[in-house]
Amino acid sequence: MPGYDTSEHDVLVIGAGGAGLRAAIEASARGARVGLVCKSLLGKAHTVMAEGGIAAALANVDDRDNWQVHFADTMRGGQYVNNWRMAELHAKEAPDRVRELERWGAVFDRTDDGRILQRNFGGHRYPRLAHVGDRTGLEMIRTLQDHGIHQGIDVHMECTIVRLLKDGGRVTGAFGYERERGRFRVFRAKAIVLATGGIGRAFRITSNSWEYTGDGHTLAYDAGAELMDMEFVQFHPTGMVWPPSVRGILVTEGVRGEGGVLLNSEGRRFMFDDIPENYRSQTADNAEEGWRYTQGDRSARRPPELLTRDHVSRCIMREVRAGRGSPHGGVYLDISWIKSRLPSGAEHIRKKLPSMYHQFKQLADLDITDAPMEVGPTTHYVMGGVRVDGDTQMSSVPGLFAAGECAAGINGANRLGGNSLSDLLVFGKRAGEHAADYAAGRQLGEVPAPEVEESARRALEPFERGTGGEGPYQVQYALQDAMQDLVGIVRNEPEMRRALDVLADLRARAAQVGVGGHREYNPAWHAALDLHNLLTVSEAVTRSAIERQESRGGHFRDDFPEKDPACATFNLVVRRNDDGSMQMSRVPIPRMPDELRRVIEDMK
Amino acid sequence: MAESATFRIWRGDTAGGGFQDYTTSVSEGMVVLDAVHQIQAQQAGDLAVRWNCKAGKCGSCSAEVNGNPRLMCMTRLNQLDLSAPVTVEPMRAFPLVRDLVTDVSWNYRAKQGIRPFRARPAGADGTWRMAQVDAERVQEFRKCIECFLCQDVCHVLRDHRMFDDFAGPRHMVYAAALEMNPLDADDRVRDLRARHGIGYCNITKCCTKVCPEGITITDNAIIPLKERVVDRLYDPVTRLLRLLRGGGDV
Repeated sequence: MPGYDTSEHDVLVIGAGGAGLRAAIEASARGARVGLVCKSLLGKAHTVMAEGGIAAALANVDDRDNWQVHFADTMRGGQYVNNWRMAELHAKEAPDRVRELERWGAVFDRTDDGRILQRNFGGHRYPRLAHVGDRTGLEMIRTLQDHGIHQGIDVHMECTIVRLLKDGGRVTGAFGYERERGRFRVFRAKAIVLATGGIGRAFRITSNSWEYTGDGHTLAYDAGAELMDMEFVQFHPTGMVWPPSVRGILVTEGVRGEGGVLLNSEGRRFMFDDIPENYRSQTADNAEEGWRYTQGDRSARRPPELLTRDHVSRCIMREVRAGRGSPHGGVYLDISWIKSRLPSGAEHIRKKLPSMYHQFKQLADLDITDAPMEVGPTTHYVMGGVRVDGDTQMSSVPGLFAAGECAAGINGANRLGGNSLSDLLVFGKRAGEHAADYAAGRQLGEVPAPEVEESARRALEPFERGTGGEGPYQVQYALQDAMQDLVGIVRNEPEMRRALDVLADLRARAAQVGVGGHREYNPAWHAALDLHNLLTVSEAVTRSAIERQESRGGHFRDDFPEKDPACATFNLVVRRNDDGSMQMSRVPIPRMPDELRRVIEDMK
Repeated sequence: MAESATFRIWRGDTAGGGFQDYTTSVSEGMVVLDAVHQIQAQQAGDLAVRWNCKAGKCGSCSAEVNGNPRLMCMTRLNQLDLSAPVTVEPMRAFPLVRDLVTDVSWNYRAKQGIRPFRARPAGADGTWRMAQVDAERVQEFRKCIECFLCQDVCHVLRDHRMFDDFAGPRHMVYAAALEMNPLDADDRVRDLRARHGIGYCNITKCCTKVCPEGITITDNAIIPLKERVVDRLYDPVTRLLRLLRGGGDV
């Protein structure tokens, strides 16, 4: 491409968290020339934030575990609108992916007989999460990074893609800019894997970093691919709520896995008050049994704090709204109480939850071995994403693949904790494999010069308007407020209709934002370019949430508070019309094979 | 806490620059990165700063706050004297990109030069066994978030600019994690001396002091590695044996 710095790859992977790195490693192992684009520096992606562990039925701690149980748990957690094929592959392949990490240098916590230790987590019937204290994500990304840098992958750091390029129907490249100098870049590729993560920055209270602006979702959507399940956003029940500057930062579910309990201002363990029917037989009905479960008693059932995230979040909201919350609008999460059960309780907490101990000590002046934490829901994850084939991870656009959080399917209406890291590995590998295979039989396609020129021109418009126009941050904050307040944990149609009006207004404002300075490492400019993505995914979330007239998983409506069996038969899919408007359709969920059906029945 | 505070932030690029004062409101619990973001949103949209997680886990927002190498996201304002301007400047050991952002790419190149992990053969069942106590020794090093503050403060790099000769404390920790991993089958002892310059470290422990993860870099990583180098390459008996076997010089 004349006038632009151009690189050529067989497979271009956009995003360098767990899924992107795993995809790049796999594609490279299959002989493809691979380019890996990171929005930040290598090794800093959001995967480092994952704390609890990697879900895989290794059966090291409880030999009753196997892929069937994991599959059934994942489907139950997702309220049966998951792509069952992905849930099946995930449950079957996750153990191999974990062992592979060990072969590449990961050092997991161990059982007494020296095998990989596994811990309890919400919605998982048996201790299933391979982990490293509460910094499993760091271990995973560093292992993939340190292995990946020796596989001949070209890494393009601090580079953001703003548009995918197509020739005919097929994807042929990508256009973006590098942060450091602000120069535009053209990437030509035979196949592209999107692994860009989520959309958390569309909400005010979130555990997600600045990068999580729905880039991959929007790139795919703009290129004509379909987005599915966008109404399902996960609000993690335990984010920090105080002090204000740390609001939203994640408090790992591992705290509850280790015996932490949720209390309201009256000191009541309110999670016992509302146990959903489909989990009743698996849930402890008294505190004593719950404690025994966390200590590995195989005859005990799990405490209600370890119910699925969607449910725990709503219970916390209910307590807060009923006036039984903590001083800063959350509830209490207490792990310090275990000192009354374990002689070396404080040391145990520091050992099992080191980064939580550190985080509260440093950011909130609170010693979690001594006092309860204040926690409340925080936007954490989007189940929705690019609609892909379960086996190959290819989207409806030939040559365009997606894996990890930016792909839809495996999690259905709600993701179980720990299933994300395993998802990244299983489907990252699959995407890399199939992208390499796709590329192997093909030549590089043409990248259309007019589209590149137009993208470049549009990207520079904010500079033309200069600081006279409204700044990008103001528009971003207004969008986050609207989504948080109108399309948050509890939704209804009138509020969401209002959100659509606000989003339309914000789109007009976004078209007028201006930035000052020059192109080198200019955060305001980057924020201005991210607005299009945030607006696109926000609209997709809102329209899908209006369309689904029931409550299921992460999607809760107070005007339709019940689950509707008729709605269990379809997924919602949006795609872009030629006129730029968003087209919504209901896509029937294919019938599950009898073999899988029986697995679910057997586990009920 | 004061209601507002002044931040003296370094602005500029390779062509030059200087400190500029920004006064902004402060509230309970704020960290330096919050103040920088607030200034960015309200007064200086193009103020360049690198950050990601804002929870001390990714190691992106390294800077020098009042002269101390720190993660901006983990530096609470109530730990600082707000009656005087708080200076915030980029890490000085690395080339400047712009404002608070530096070019840390040398670190990535240095790591690339270290022999990667190579697993020893698995047991009969295809898995490896390892005692928790052995895992923990390595896990201390694997806590590293690659913020490069230890590199920033290491005088071999910062003052003597020996980037070609010494891989720096971060990569000594990386090498220690590999060498002490019970599953690793490779050997980096010769490289540590000949290629990674472990001899240049004279144990001033500045790196240990600034590590936000509390890794005991000097005592637990560098000194044991130095001991391995000495045992292997300088012990007179093994040296003699090696010469007799025709193994050549070190």
